[in-house]
Amino acid sequence: MTAKTKKKAVWDWGIVRRAIWGAFVKLNPRKMMGNPVMFVVEIGSVITTALLLRDVIQGHPGLRFNLQITLWLWFTVVFANFAEAMAEGRGKAQADTLRKAKTETLANLIVEDQAPGIEGVKTAETPASKLRKGDMVLVRAGEFIPGDGEVTEGVASVDESAITGESAPVIRESGGDRSAVTGGTRVISDWIKICISSNPGETFLDRMIALVEGAERQKTPNEIALNILLAGLTIIFLLAVVTLQPFAIYSGSPQTVFVLVSLLVCLIPTTIGGLLSAIGIAGMDRVIQHNVLAMSGRAVEAAGDVNTLLLDKTGTITLGNRQAVEFIPLPGIEENEIADAAQLSSLSDETPEGRSIVVLAKTKYGLRGRELAAHEAHFIPFSAHTRMSGVDLNGRSIRKGAADAIVEYIISQEGTVPKELKASVERISSTGGTPLVVADRNRALGVIHLKDIVKGGMRERFDHLRQMGIRTVMITGDNPLTAAAIAREAGVDDFLAEAKPQDKMDLIRREQAQGKLVAMTGDGTNDAPALAQADVGVAMNTGTMPAKEAGNMVDLDSNPTKLIEIVEIGKQLLMTRGALTTFSIANDVAKYFAIIPAMFAGTFPVLNALNIMRLRTPESAVLSAVIFNALIIVALIPLALRGVKYRPLGAAALLRRNLWVYGVGGIIIPFIGIKLIDMLITRIGLA
Amino acid sequence: MKKNVVTAVLMTLVTTVLLGIIYPLVVTGIARVLFPHKADGQLIVVNGKVLGSRLIGQAFSGPGYFHSRPSAAGNGYDASNSNGSQLGPTNRQLIDRVKGDVATLQAENPNVPVPIDLVTASASGLDPHITPAAAAFQLPRVAKVRGTNEGDLRSLVAKHTEGRQFGFLGESRVNVLELNLELDEKFPAQRHARAE
Amino acid sequence: MTANGWLQITFFLVLIFAVTKPMGVFMAHVFSRERTFMDPVLRPMERLLYHITGVDENHEMRWTEYAVSMLLFSVVSMLLLYLIERLQGFLPFNPQQLGAVSPPHLAFNTAASFTTNTNWQNYSGEATMSYFTQMAGLAYHNFVSAAVGIALAIAFIRGIARRQMETIGNFWVDLVRSCLWVLLPFCIVGALLLVSQGVVQNLRPYDKAALVEPFQVQKVGPDGKPMVGPDGKPVMDTVAEQTIAQGPVASQEIIKEFGTNGGGFFNANSAHPFENPTPFSNLIELFSIFTIGAGLTYTLGRMTGSERHGWAVWAAMAILFLAGVTAAYWAEAHGNPLLPGVDQRAGALQPGGNMEGKEVRLGIANSSLFATVTTDASCGAINGWHDSYTPLGGMVPLVNIMLSEVIFGGVGAGMYGILIYVVLAVFIAGLMVGRTPEYLGKKIEAYDVKMAMLVALVFPLVILIFTGISVVKGFGTSSISNPGPHGLTQILYAFTSQAGNNGSAFGGLTGNTPWYNTSGGITMLVGRFFMIIPMLGIAGNLARKKYVPPSLGTFPVTTPLFTVLLMGVILIVGALTFFPALSLGPILEHLLMSAGKVF
Repeated sequence: MTAKTKKKAVWDWGIVRRAIWGAFVKLNPRKMMGNPVMFVVEIGSVITTALLLRDVIQGHPGLRFNLQITLWLWFTVVFANFAEAMAEGRGKAQADTLRKAKTETLANLIVEDQAPGIEGVKTAETPASKLRKGDMVLVRAGEFIPGDGEVTEGVASVDESAITGESAPVIRESGGDRSAVTGGTRVISDWIKICISSNPGETFLDRMIALVEGAERQKTPNEIALNILLAGLTIIFLLAVVTLQPFAIYSGSPQTVFVLVSLLVCLIPTTIGGLLSAIGIAGMDRVIQHNVLAMSGRAVEAAGDVNTLLLDKTGTITLGNRQAVEFIPLPGIEENEIADAAQLSSLSDETPEGRSIVVLAKTKYGLRGRELAAHEAHFIPFSAHTRMSGVDLNGRSIRKGAADAIVEYIISQEGTVPKELKASVERISSTGGTPLVVADRNRALGVIHLKDIVKGGMRERFDHLRQMGIRTVMITGDNPLTAAAIAREAGVDDFLAEAKPQDKMDLIRREQAQGKLVAMTGDGTNDAPALAQADVGVAMNTGTMPAKEAGNMVDLDSNPTKLIEIVEIGKQLLMTRGALTTFSIANDVAKYFAIIPAMFAGTFPVLNALNIMRLRTPESAVLSAVIFNALIIVALIPLALRGVKYRPLGAAALLRRNLWVYGVGGIIIPFIGIKLIDMLITRIGLA
Repeated sequence: MKKNVVTAVLMTLVTTVLLGIIYPLVVTGIARVLFPHKADGQLIVVNGKVLGSRLIGQAFSGPGYFHSRPSAAGNGYDASNSNGSQLGPTNRQLIDRVKGDVATLQAENPNVPVPIDLVTASASGLDPHITPAAAAFQLPRVAKVRGTNEGDLRSLVAKHTEGRQFGFLGESRVNVLELNLELDEKFPAQRHARAE
Repeated sequence: MTANGWLQITFFLVLIFAVTKPMGVFMAHVFSRERTFMDPVLRPMERLLYHITGVDENHEMRWTEYAVSMLLFSVVSMLLLYLIERLQGFLPFNPQQLGAVSPPHLAFNTAASFTTNTNWQNYSGEATMSYFTQMAGLAYHNFVSAAVGIALAIAFIRGIARRQMETIGNFWVDLVRSCLWVLLPFCIVGALLLVSQGVVQNLRPYDKAALVEPFQVQKVGPDGKPMVGPDGKPVMDTVAEQTIAQGPVASQEIIKEFGTNGGGFFNANSAHPFENPTPFSNLIELFSIFTIGAGLTYTLGRMTGSERHGWAVWAAMAILFLAGVTAAYWAEAHGNPLLPGVDQRAGALQPGGNMEGKEVRLGIANSSLFATVTTDASCGAINGWHDSYTPLGGMVPLVNIMLSEVIFGGVGAGMYGILIYVVLAVFIAGLMVGRTPEYLGKKIEAYDVKMAMLVALVFPLVILIFTGISVVKGFGTSSISNPGPHGLTQILYAFTSQAGNNGSAFGGLTGNTPWYNTSGGITMLVGRFFMIIPMLGIAGNLARKKYVPPSLGTFPVTTPLFTVLLMGVILIVGALTFFPALSLGPILEHLLMSAGKVF
């Protein structure tokens, strides 16, 4: 199911070609009306075009300048449309990739089932996506469950650690409330028959592809607010420019419509106006590139606002499975002996825990894995009934498993359990570890210390989150002692131990009552209410249908850590909008200094004092400003699509940085740009 | 809504009585008791005749008087018609007026630049003061017309010169009306004409 | 510029700094209905007022009811003022027996002007208004229009401070408490201080003084033209008397400044020696103008629980104030290069500089300071004529008003004005920290931005459109007294001042015409109420919102960076809107003046 999409280059020729065509299609005024800033530019372009035609017919002078102005005004509109078309094109390309990404899990569709058990079953390999509601499938040990459904027959231990956060396998059996299985989980032992409960095309993937491809994009709340701001600024500048004409008439220096429209277009925030929808589309696109399907842009935006992250311990903060870190022999037992026994019992144990025991024995005690087939070894696999595994070898019966199961086993073998065992077991439990007792027939050898391993780099990530003002809360089913130990090691701000679904829900409500926004991941059906309650609920793709329905995002990779990246993308989306708005407004300063002296220096040469860029002629000055205004849109398309580089800093540092780059930079850059364009066009004789 | 309409009317009436009538009358009453002279405008009364207010300037044009600044209040120093010239810095009328005044003044005191306040109209048109520079500029003329030595005159000017309030507020200034009144008293001039 | 000039400016700013906290704390107490030391006297008066007017002081209003109450009060009190103006001939306290204020459009303009806290004056006080009209009509409105402003600012602050509440206070209670606690006690003390400096306070008829040196003027005929005798010589008239206008000035003077109204008792306003006789009275007046505006920054911090935010706003105001006063002082001290043969240099005996339209006792520093302060706030009192300032010196007050008078600002109006800028600054820059913009725990969303943009829009709308019409139509340009670019500035200043409810003027413009009285009246009403209503909308909306606790990721509104950002937004929004107009007005005039051009 997982298919990592690589980050695409910004300028993909296929997309560019389609976007160029799209840029012209979007000139349709009805489509432009949704973007008031660019709509004003289009109206301005239409007006200058009409006047240009009149001039051509009547043979006015100054045609060359007016023609160039008119062309560049149209370019401004087209460039903005191009940016939007580029973003949409990338989204569409993404949808195509997604469709391919629906790589198939092969399911054993039951075509004939004559009797209970697996002997009388005939199956056919069928892609999981072809399964329909009501289909029966057989899943054997080691296989993935192909879709959500109900167990109709059999009992099996299923590893749902990636979903539920519990590292211990769970028992799934027909009947009762343990009959629901979720797609993507894995049967570890035994077998089950499942009745599939959802149809193809109803998956989130299918729905999301429709969403990405759909032309109708809902504007997000912040985008709406920003649009109002931009529309307001546009009206203000419209007023400033329209009323400039009477002032100019009073001063004895009336202006042509071409120059006035040029000034207007330069002043209104075309840079952000032209790129705004591209930023939004690209933000969604970035989410998809991370293999996350967001149900709405609103959810992505909300991710940027999150105050509290609820993270499940297992699979998110710690590796999905525990690892052996220590062998603790009972008194009178050599360390080597228990290591050896533990390794032997685990040689055929393919679970991560089992492998980690073999590895620990090898690295710490120099015991090599042995080929045991020759020794007539008989392996006892783990089963949900016995809750232990082991090996019978040369008369030895080595078993490892949960303390109570092994104790029961020893007693059944007429052995005795030394009281030190209990102490060791409790000591491991108290530090957050899981004890696994090893016994040789009726003799207890010692305890294997299995420990949750905190993923590398988590502490740094939590530090970053803290700097961004986001609090992380670890959710775990462990007891408070264990939870505290892991929380301390991982560096989370808080934890919720022995968490039941209701506790999670209560925590979210508590945080929200304080005005905080909460994000969480979840997968189980019992997570659904919490996922719905959370402001950002990311359901694992492997999760149950109700969970996916409840959340507002689905992570195709089912990687709970992704939540952190989603938050970053949300922030990046808002930052990009803010940065380009600031840049756009700051640009106006230079444009005024280019155009105002150009307008009036003819009548009042003293006003050349304002021509601080020393632009060559009034025509070249106006033209340079208009050209700069159009080109900057194209130049910023990559930034709009990629987003402003995100840094995990506090708001104050982030603001300072962005104000320097986009505020101060926004004032300075156009001075340089307009001057360069002026030099160029006067050199090549355009003005 | 209806209740608020009634309240609006009543509130307007009641507060008008309180703030528009009682308050100013109370202040007038207290001021009368505490600062009777100042509350009435510091009128200069000689022999029962009001000669002016020490705060309100008067026009002087005779060579034996220190002249006040140009005034745009009515016909000049009309204290029921306060106003400035309202001429902008690039207005030809202003430039021409100043040029004319400068020419007149420099005729009596050649080659000395004219202190700016002496050729610019004050804001109120009633400015009772000139700068010490403007007094110094006119001093030789007045001394000549009054036939006194400049030193005596200088100390008289100094007497009517107010320094900065509390040592740093505002500017030093000479009260023209009070100076001229004392001038007439101390150095009554035979030759000077009251008005041309 | 002189060291002593800067000493005075610095001293003034230090005074304002010193009064900020006590004033802010006091107002926070008053409007949170906490006990103050004045309660024993004022509380019974307050109760009596509520009893008479039928106000339930515990009733809380939604923003809409608050707005309606405010509008009702403004309409009723404006009508009363109009009636007083028109009927003053029949009313008491009229020793000069002045007739009705006429024509009616002048009375309308004046009523609109004083109701909106503008105090634009198309009349000459001493020649038009009876003492009764001055006291019960004009000075009264100086009180209540200021009280309305304070009430609105407090309502806005409550909107920020309250959480998930529908109401923002009771307009009547806020109005009454503003009048009784904040304005009245200060004014009684301040008025007497002013009298001690020589500001007049009496009800006597105008005095007649016998001139020391009577002079002759050309007689003016009944047709308004100078009379010429049959011999072709001018007919002369001897002026031997000076009529000295009097009146209850001090009581009006103090509220004129303290309530940032600005309407002078006399035509010459605070330049008149009876309104502003000494440098100390000048300081009292300057201080009064900024006191409430500065105090409200602290009240803002106090009531919203972030005093440092209040100081950050204060700092932005103080820096913009210093920038303005520096520019104005520099330009005025530089003088007018077109005047030959004069000494404009500062020295021991004179302050030098451009003294046209300024008073000697106040000099350049105090005049530049006053022009800056009166327009930083929406006061509009003047102690020198802005029309006669140098182009750049006159541009400073103009720009100050164009920035919406948020530098300490009009009482209340400056506070809610700058809060609109804060909302915009927080929104634009807030996005840059990667969160939905928040202001003191309140999310700034589409509705708030929409209302803020409405406020931001109204201002250029009325100014630019009316100025645009006036500069190309005969009925507009005929009022211009200073030709060339200065004429454009005169008209631009008139509408800017009225839209900003400032009231100062480039006084040469003949304002008492049907066009300017009417368009100006509309401009003032729009400039006041069309800003207040969306502003209250934001207040109501913010009050309803949940509070988001601050974190490291929250947009900082207490830092120097915020101060810089706020200033940047104020300057950029203002400058971008008005730069074209300014470039053809004062900037062009300055360049032409430097080049020696005369009009």
